[in-house]
Amino acid sequence: MAVSEVRRLRLWQDRIETEVEIAGSGPPLVYLHGPWGLLPDRTFIAQLARANTVYAPRHPGTTRGDPDAVHALNDWLDLIVYHGELLDRLEVEAASFVGHSFGGLVAAEFAASAPNAVRRLVLIDPVGLWRDDLPVRNWMLLSESERRPSLFADPNGGAAKRFFGVPDDAGERIDVLAQAIWAQACTGKFVWPVPDRGLKQRIHRIAASTLVIWGKADRIIDAAYAHEFAKRIAGARVAPIDDAGHLPHLEQADAVQKAVQEFLRR
Amino acid sequence: MKVCMFHLMPYRDLPADFRQRYRSAFIDPLWFDVADSEKVGQYYNATLDELLYAAQAGLHGVCTNQHHQNVYGFMANPSLMGAVLAKETNGQDVAIIQLGSTLPSTTPPTRIAEEYAMLDCISGGRLVAGFPTGLPPDATISNAVVPVEQRERFREALALVTKAWSAREIFAWNGKHYQLGMVNLWPRPIQQPHPPIWIPGSGISSTAEFVIERDHCFCHLSYYGARNAEQVTDRYWELVARKGRDDNPHRLSFLQLIGVAETDAEAEALYGPHAEYFFHKLHYTPPNYQQIPGCLEYPALVQALHHNPRAAIKAHELKARDFFDRGFVIVGSAKTVREQLVDGMKRLRAGHLLALLHFGSMPTDLCKRNIGLFAREVLPHLAPLWDEYEDRWWPQRLRAKRPAAALAAAAS
Repeated sequence: MAVSEVRRLRLWQDRIETEVEIAGSGPPLVYLHGPWGLLPDRTFIAQLARANTVYAPRHPGTTRGDPDAVHALNDWLDLIVYHGELLDRLEVEAASFVGHSFGGLVAAEFAASAPNAVRRLVLIDPVGLWRDDLPVRNWMLLSESERRPSLFADPNGGAAKRFFGVPDDAGERIDVLAQAIWAQACTGKFVWPVPDRGLKQRIHRIAASTLVIWGKADRIIDAAYAHEFAKRIAGARVAPIDDAGHLPHLEQADAVQKAVQEFLRR
Repeated sequence: MKVCMFHLMPYRDLPADFRQRYRSAFIDPLWFDVADSEKVGQYYNATLDELLYAAQAGLHGVCTNQHHQNVYGFMANPSLMGAVLAKETNGQDVAIIQLGSTLPSTTPPTRIAEEYAMLDCISGGRLVAGFPTGLPPDATISNAVVPVEQRERFREALALVTKAWSAREIFAWNGKHYQLGMVNLWPRPIQQPHPPIWIPGSGISSTAEFVIERDHCFCHLSYYGARNAEQVTDRYWELVARKGRDDNPHRLSFLQLIGVAETDAEAEALYGPHAEYFFHKLHYTPPNYQQIPGCLEYPALVQALHHNPRAAIKAHELKARDFFDRGFVIVGSAKTVREQLVDGMKRLRAGHLLALLHFGSMPTDLCKRNIGLFAREVLPHLAPLWDEYEDRWWPQRLRAKRPAAALAAAAS
């Protein structure tokens, strides 16, 4: 995205240093990334920034120079309260939230705990609910050969290539790999080993108008979960995305963008 | 030096097509497709017999360890095995080396403090208290420890355990991972303030630093042999010096696969199939079960991405001859084995040798033959090594003693 500003904040009694990328103009929108961190492919959030002021924070521990920040948050309650502090520091009173996967769960939980702070909620293939007949796959345990077909409908498509692409330069490659692995460690801390932190107990508190987007070919968390989320959130709508896996905003960027923009304009 | 028998307690009769059926020795093999409870009962008994045989033969210590959900070794609770060993070796001056129960996987960790204290009491103060952090699949998959919290939990748990062993008054523990309102452990270990503490690690990471800072013994549990361990142990001794500790060799333990026979040729023929079984079927964990995000702290992760020497070793492509030639397994006549071991232990400056005298599919009679030859013809040549240094990481009551059988062998 055309980042207009990268703000570095010290939060949580100065124990967490985090970067927030800020871009665009318009009503505030907070984008919460998934398990792999704020990805180099920023097309999706650049498009969001056309009509919104987008705030894209990095999950604690995933900001360069402060990997140990992950240890400053002890538990799920800390994580949710932390996001309240983050919004206060950004002076964002009420925003729309778009969250992907793990970030979708955090967005939903925040919306349940602070219903007045979330105007609209977009959940893209969120984790956070559990069905014994459709167990969520542990994305942190995927083998090399499982990764592409588990995350993408088309394992050889352009989106998969960009997602898994690494720089030729050895130093840069190690940096990119380390960031992606560490992002999984830092986010995984809060959902290991089963990504169910009890959202089902609190999800009824979500008051924001909600759109649930799901890649129909998601092999991490089955598309049937779209209905599980929608039926628990009053008035929620579902937008299934064809030819997309767990990262539909990368794999079918136009279709997802269209659904999100229409929803935000309503 | 002290020479101890280590045992993994593996599944000894895996099907020939095991590698085709499963992609891992850990987590994936299905019990009812592969294993047999009657056989496993025999393995547990054979393992105890073999360790007790080693104690009778004159080895200085016997070692147990904890692993889960795998074919590689499944003493799921090493204290159960340790209890039998402690009872049966009373009067033998042999150390009971629990290497050991995994703190991050056990809640509350005072459970391990209690079990170890029981073992120290049963054995009359012969316990070595080993505290591994746990292999990634054991800790994080089998026991649901959050990967990025594994080391943090380990350090807090160890602090709690050592305090619980020696505190004179009842105390409350209000930690990040553990909260206990009233800790007043029964029993306490005979060895006060605590038994010798050994901490295993497979490379030099923050764990090695932690071990040196606290003056415990570091155990390099490598399966690649003394010849391939120099890089790690050199870095260890550099770190020891940098942190201002002395160079007493007993602050390092090293594990080695060993097979002794009458001649080199006989040893190679006898132990070859078991070496292949070990490296092909048991020591077989895919990267996604070893390199779980968070199990390495960030600096160690970056270091591993730069240089991971083990990734270059494709053990499944190697044959017995390669394992011998590369020094992963030391096999041969007693003369060959002792020359290599004395040389290797001197080079690494290791004060404790953990001899894996059972490995792979080795049947119990061969294992006992291996133990007997090793104890009679190799051990006496190793034992005097480092005699000029006091072993401060050995149970106090055993420091002045050598097991009677070893003395007799040395004199003969």
